[in-house]
This record gives sequence, C-alpha cells and structure tokens, in this order.
Amino acid sequence: MGNDILVFAEHFRGTLNDITYELLGKARELARSLGSRLVVGLLGHEVGGFVEKLGAADQICLVDRPELKEFASDTTKAILEAILEDVQPRLVMLGSTSIGLELLSLISARKGFPCFDNCTRLESRDGRLVATCQIYGGKIFAEVALPDATTLVAVVPGSFPKEPGEVAARPELRSIALPPVLPEARVTFRKLLEPPPGDVDITKAPILVAVGRGIQNADNLPLAEELAEALSGVVCASRPVIDQGWLPLTRQVGKSGMTVKPKLFLAFGISGAPEHLEGMKQSELIVAVNTDPNAPIFSIAHYGAVVDALELLPLLTEEVSNQATKKASS
Amino acid sequence: MNIVVLTKQVPDLVEGLEIDPSGKALDVASLRYILSESDDHALEQALLIKEKVGGRVEVFALNQGEARESLIMALAKGADRAVLVDAGLDSPLANHAAAQIFATLLRGGPFDLILTGVRAIDDLDGSVGGLVAGLLDLPYLGLIRKVEIGGDGKTAIAEKEYPGSYAAELEVRLPAVLGIQSAEQPPRYVPISRLRQVMKTATVEEVSVSPPSQQLLGVARLFKPEEGAGAVMIPGDAKEAARQIASLLFERRLLR
Repeated sequence: MGNDILVFAEHFRGTLNDITYELLGKARELARSLGSRLVVGLLGHEVGGFVEKLGAADQICLVDRPELKEFASDTTKAILEAILEDVQPRLVMLGSTSIGLELLSLISARKGFPCFDNCTRLESRDGRLVATCQIYGGKIFAEVALPDATTLVAVVPGSFPKEPGEVAARPELRSIALPPVLPEARVTFRKLLEPPPGDVDITKAPILVAVGRGIQNADNLPLAEELAEALSGVVCASRPVIDQGWLPLTRQVGKSGMTVKPKLFLAFGISGAPEHLEGMKQSELIVAVNTDPNAPIFSIAHYGAVVDALELLPLLTEEVSNQATKKASS
Repeated sequence: MNIVVLTKQVPDLVEGLEIDPSGKALDVASLRYILSESDDHALEQALLIKEKVGGRVEVFALNQGEARESLIMALAKGADRAVLVDAGLDSPLANHAAAQIFATLLRGGPFDLILTGVRAIDDLDGSVGGLVAGLLDLPYLGLIRKVEIGGDGKTAIAEKEYPGSYAAELEVRLPAVLGIQSAEQPPRYVPISRLRQVMKTATVEEVSVSPPSQQLLGVARLFKPEEGAGAVMIPGDAKEAARQIASLLFERRLLR
C-alpha cells in the first residue's frame, strides 16, 4: 500500500456530479495533511472534457472506452480494480450513491479491502484517517479508525462543500496498464428512463409540505393537501409514503428522488433518515414536526415541535387561513 | 427459476437506541429486532417473479432477533423453503461476516437469482448483496425497483434508480445478485388466520456455521447526534405549536 488518495469521479448524463467535487475538496485537504498524491479515476466514453474541471487532483487516470458510455458496475469494477492495482492507494473515496454503492461492496469483497459506507466526516488525526459514518437512520454515528490497508470509503452526498473541489486546471494524465481484454460484460445498459411527466415539479415549488411515515395512511393525505393549499405550496413525501403508492414518484424527496431547496420546507411525521435529509437539507427554512424528540430531522431543522403531525395539521391550516384573512383585512 | 432471498434482522428504530458501557456497540438488551425493510421488499419481489414465471423461493435469515418469526411469515406469504442460519454472530454491524456466511452456504448453487435488500439501517461496512456478489464473482445491481425475467430464463431486466427520479433499464446475465430498493408492489399482507395455520405445519430448517474469521471492523466509538441541535424547539401542545408556526411563517412573509 502506498500513500495516495484515489477519488472515483462520478458523472451522469454528460455532467460531473456534485459529489465528485465534494470528494475532491475533502481529498485535497487530506492529501495536504498526509503528504499524499491525489489521483482521480475518470472512467467513461468521450469524457476527456472533464479533465480540466478536475484541477484539484495531481493526476488523472483517464479510461475512455465505448463500453464505458453508460455505467454498468460489472465493466467499471474491472477497470477500477486495475487502477487500484497500479496506484495502490491508502484511501479510495466514492460517493454513497446509486453508482458508488455497487462498486464499494463489489470491490471490497473481491479485493479483500475494508470498506465503510454512509460516511459524513473524514479527517486525519496524527497521520491516521478517521471516518464518521451515520447508521440506524441517522440516530447513531460510528467513528472508525481506518485500518492500515487500502480502504474504501463511500461518502454521503452533501457532507462536504463542493467549492474547494472546483478547481479549473489540467492535471497530469497517468497511464495505467489495463488488461488487454476485459472480462465479457454480464451487465448491459438498455436505456435511460426519464422521470414520469405530467405532475408538478417539486424542485420549483417555493413552499413544500412534506409528509412521512407519521402520516400513517393515505386517508390522512388530504390534511397535508389542505395545508399546502392554504400556503400555496405543494405536497411532497419521504420514501415510505411513495413506496406505499400514496403519492407518485415525482413527489419523492431524497436520495433517489428530488433534491429540493425551497424557501420553506414543512416536515410532518418525517424522522429524517439520511437518504431523505440528503434531498432537503439545503432548504432555506425547515420546520419539523415529529412525536419522537430524538428524530434526526430535528438536527437539521431550524424549528421543531414534538407533537402529533396528524393533530397539528388541521390546526395549522386553520391558523394559516386566519393569518391570511387578518393580513387581507389589515 | 430458483430464487434465493437473503435477509437479516435490524433494530426497530421505534424503540430508543442505547449505547452500551463500552461505547463501541449498541446495548443489546434494549433492542427489539425487525426484518430489514428492504429485505421485506426483496422477498416480495421474489414472490412476484415466482408468480409470473414459476419456480422456487428460498429465504435465508441470520439467527438474530425475530428471525424465526420472519421466516414463518415468509412461508405464509408463499416462500418454499426457510433456512435459519446460526453463526453465533455477536455484532449486528458486520456485513462482511454476514456476506461470508451467505456466500459459503450458497457457493455451488443451485440458484438463478439472489435477491436482498439494497440497504439496511445498520450497514456500516458495505451492503450484503454487493459483498455476496463480490465473493461469488457474480454481477451485482443495486437500488432495483423492478425485475423481469427474459424469455429464455437466462437473463433478467432490472430497473435501477438514479437521483432526480431517473432510472436505467439494465440487462443482466443470470445468475446474478440484485439489491432491491422497493418491490413492484408493497409487501403483501398475511391474514392472522393464515399465519396461525402455517405456524402449525411449517418447517424452518436450521443450519449452524462457524463464525467467519474476518470481521473487518474497527469501531472506535458510537455516539448520538446532539438532541435537537440546530432546531429551536417550539414548546406546548399541538394548538400552541400551530399558533407559533403560523406566526413564524407570517413574520417570514411566507403567507400569501
């Protein structure tokens, strides 16, 4: 094992994802304190244009091949393993994302490298790397001293600022000895499925009334819709509500759903699992209502109330309507 | 189609979680376990595939918490075989250990498809599905919400979720491991009468395996996020909270 840090650059639909810059910014900071080289693995097809956006890195391992046009873990994993073989990094950073989660576990098991997921903090203490990972729906954090071996860490998007990673410069390209023939691909990309059309775009709504598991059943949804109407807002939801089929996929906030940044985000009966927080924590004002005082949502909300959302919703709708009437008559 | 479903029990977050005096693990005595939610979806997806194309569904569960009850429930839902795996695992946090146990049991098959939940709330060292795939050198797809089996039974077409409500349709050659995010329909409900009937007749097979040597974990400490850190808490009952939130929104000019 050497001393380098390797960042896997993630891109989707022709753009480098924010997570790539977030990883780069943190990796640069760690590389500085550990005296490491920062190497980026950039895999794809016709992705050479990304090189000059990855100026935070010292070196880029660019692998540009037609079979990497769309992400398929089977092929990507084979090439990434060759890069790891060549670079022998002490730390490999990926996003805890749709793409990163497949590579993390596959490579960890195949190469026998330790791995840690759901990382939200990463620091060097006296030359040792320490990762903090959120588990149990964000209710517990685990602090882990990374072992003295190549270790893979998947970072939750939004954990680190992206600005330090956005450096326009052209790092040196590092050539990698790749296997002349890749193993036959067992996974093939067929097509990209666009988000279902026709519903409201929750990323454009300035006011969102969000409901979670605490709404209990579909019959209670009108309570949220009435409040949304009184506020000229839109109803959205966390994953469990969508999985039950109570609201369409287009209303989902979180990891696989939408990332929203409204002026106001009202969260009713949402505990605040990391997958959900990832999609809404940049809202300008967050007011959360939950019966559990330990709900992780309160750690990122600006205001919180420990009451039953179902009891509060009609009362708040009434108060909001009254305030509006007062405002109109004043 | 032989479908294997890998499941594990996780702490029920409805109960408060306590950290034990060592500071490195949860206080096991305070825990109540439930089937990991996305494993429940993996089971549902397996049953849906079986109903469409025929075959068998075999469910494996690591012996922890209410694993036996979850297996009986799986049989009541339509699974053909239930296997309780006892490996004397003391830490509920070691997915590498869990994956090694499953891989040892499954090596050599016969199976066409391994389904498991894409994530569990206690995943610290990767996810079981990806680790099992890596150990068995099988392809792995995660965040899957739909699975169809190809006409020749040798491939599956799966929908994988991406951010922004995008998804990809991928074709994977079988055997393969799929990490299920959500089944095509919510997990089915089993009437109590049916469950009682199955409890009388069902067989849960038991296998004992020696715990894997490698645990791969170096947890230095566990800690809870600071309670309500950041949030200004509004005191009082629902009526009072409604009044205060409404005036907050009024002050911030968020009311029309």
